[in-house]
Amino acid sequence: MAESAGYVAASAIRYNDDVVKKFVIATMFWGIVGMAVGVFIAAELAWPSLNFWPPYLNFGRIRPVHTSAVIFAFGGSALLGTSFHVVQRTCRARLFGGTALANFIFWGYQFFIVMAALSYVLGFSKSREYAEPEWHLDVWLVIVWVAYLIAFTGTVLRRTEPHIYVANWFYLSFIITIAMLVIVNNLAIPVSIYAAKSYSVFSGAQDALVQWWYGHNAVGFFLTVPFLGMMYYFIPKAANRPIYSYRLSIVHFWSLIFIYIWAGPHHLHWTALPDWTQTVGEAFSVMLWMPSWGGMINGLMTLSGAWDKLRTDPGLRFSVTSVGFYGMATFEGPVMSVRTVNALSHYTDWGIGHVHSGSLGWVAMISFGAIYYLVPNLWGRSGLYSHRLAAWHYWISTLGIVLYISAMWVAGIMEGLMWRAYDTQGFLQYSFIESINAVHPLFIIRWLGGVFFLAGILIMAYNLIMTVRSPRTAARATDISGLPLPAVGD
Amino acid sequence: MPTKIEKDSVTGHETTGHEWDGIRELNTPLPKWWVYVYIATVIWGIGMFVLYPAIPLGSWVTPGILGYSSRADAIAGVKEMAALHTTQMQEIGQKSFAEIEKNHDLMEVALTAGRITFANNCQPCHGPNGEGRVGYPALDTDVWRWGGSIEAIQQTITDGIRSNDPDARNSQMPNFGGDKLLTPDQINQVADYVISLYGKAKPNAATDAGAKLFADNCAPCHGAKGEGSREVGAPPLASHVHLYGDSREVVVAQITHPRMGVMPNWNKRLSPAMIKAVALYVHSLGGGE
Repeated sequence: MAESAGYVAASAIRYNDDVVKKFVIATMFWGIVGMAVGVFIAAELAWPSLNFWPPYLNFGRIRPVHTSAVIFAFGGSALLGTSFHVVQRTCRARLFGGTALANFIFWGYQFFIVMAALSYVLGFSKSREYAEPEWHLDVWLVIVWVAYLIAFTGTVLRRTEPHIYVANWFYLSFIITIAMLVIVNNLAIPVSIYAAKSYSVFSGAQDALVQWWYGHNAVGFFLTVPFLGMMYYFIPKAANRPIYSYRLSIVHFWSLIFIYIWAGPHHLHWTALPDWTQTVGEAFSVMLWMPSWGGMINGLMTLSGAWDKLRTDPGLRFSVTSVGFYGMATFEGPVMSVRTVNALSHYTDWGIGHVHSGSLGWVAMISFGAIYYLVPNLWGRSGLYSHRLAAWHYWISTLGIVLYISAMWVAGIMEGLMWRAYDTQGFLQYSFIESINAVHPLFIIRWLGGVFFLAGILIMAYNLIMTVRSPRTAARATDISGLPLPAVGD
Repeated sequence: MPTKIEKDSVTGHETTGHEWDGIRELNTPLPKWWVYVYIATVIWGIGMFVLYPAIPLGSWVTPGILGYSSRADAIAGVKEMAALHTTQMQEIGQKSFAEIEKNHDLMEVALTAGRITFANNCQPCHGPNGEGRVGYPALDTDVWRWGGSIEAIQQTITDGIRSNDPDARNSQMPNFGGDKLLTPDQINQVADYVISLYGKAKPNAATDAGAKLFADNCAPCHGAKGEGSREVGAPPLASHVHLYGDSREVVVAQITHPRMGVMPNWNKRLSPAMIKAVALYVHSLGGGE
């Protein structure tokens, strides 16, 4: 299979690998920045006196730096980079729009990220979670995003393959839906054309509903759907096995797209949001379970007959583990959306744990798997510098995730139980500050989990730099069939 | 690329015959269990639409068979808990403090209600055990600015100090430095005298000039011996408990540009009965008179 007909024909086309390389470097850079900031704000929660620095480092200002850096900078760079890699190869066509458009998308996106982060620390924010940048940055993002849509669909349209590969459906639905979500949720009226301050066109419960329609679908169409696209390329590539079920990929793709978009109101259970809206959010969240698991089944079952590769391919180990975390988080989500469960979990650290089992376990680890695959291939090296370091990265990050999410589960359930506890006379049993004191040790464990995960990506960065630089990985034949070669001298 | 359907040797399933960059797909049927669970969740979703408010039709919404309302649910829960202490709280609201203190059951309810209400409302400033913080009075000592009887505490909680309430406890210390009522030298002399009131002065330090200035400027509120005055909330100075600290620098700063705290009036947030419960709790912290 390695010397397939597809590959021989593909090699005749000169793909734009330069922009993919840039995005891979950006992914690693922003991953380290975003996770380091995450570790710092976790420390601020565990030791609040760390907040009393200059205002730029206050939790309220740098929490969006963390979320934007890991979601949009790290995750976004990984998505844009891999989508360009995947769409060119599975369409057997060079990226549409030439190097100029590709470079505009790369630098335009990086500019947006830097400006957004700077604006947060300087105190500018729309105060919409995961949509904090002010209106002028939103306008810029839309311009860059439309350029991205043009480059991607242009490449799909000029494909020399008869069919569009499943990974590209996922990437395309991500690009289109994110455009719609960003534009609608960020509709705002600036105070003046010269002022970096605006007010949303929505108000009250409608404003909250629009925000969480956006917020939940950012999880769906930014953190789930396109990473499934990544999975649909890199797992079969690394495992060298066919996708388990084409039919399942069609059914779960369309189910996911149709059902996800309704699930947002479950973020607003037990609020002023009308009950019927909450019912819709809950019902569609539960129906989302199997469509989500369709991706997990296709990811894991593709390994049939190739499970032994987990021993030898560190990238594939990350990818497969990530699919496991994906399955876990997409089961937990529907459970938490049930109103009675939500009464316990809402506003607690359980939510934080849920998000991180998805973002660390699924998003970050599937990206790591793709990058471990891409770097030796893109830079034309004979293999990874060190499988031993990659194994260290794997175990230290897995341990970090386990520490993080189990600490947050325990903390969240404890908070939920303490907040709802009444004594025999009908008064609240615990004050809020008592619940904070109770979870303090768990906040420290969470911080430690973050430190482990950050240490992992630092090990990875060193391993990748050495893969590109070290003479020991230089002896690379022209073969870029995609099979990770064994590390030299390991 | 030509369509070429192959049979996968591992699973025995056929491929779709397409290939992208070396990736092929099997035409495996949907897993049965997956289909069944999917259908079950859809049935469950339809059930929710039938049972609960779900479908908006103009200004009307289908109410669902259960006629459920999350607001009614929440109100019922609050009522259920309130019912456990409604009678007692009414009695606390009506009876005098002396009567409440004699009634063991009422006292238990008052202290329970007072503790949790204090913990969720007062503790951020006054500390978990009422030990106070810099600028926020300790409530567990016998040093009071406006009075430590239960009634005085009740009034302070009800109307607040320098709050927006018309009945707020109000007073203002003159801005001796900022308004140039005293020169910096004089302020230093007064400060030397004030710290001598609680034994922080250097041995044999001259305090005569300061004592004279104190008598003229400070004694009207703080008392001839620095014992304070509850009429105007002037803190006792001849004491070992100090709001902003007892160092000479703090005293000089306070005379030069006085700081005066604000306490909210809680009558807008807490019921009179609950304020009485909190007053009883605060009174029990150790400093009550």
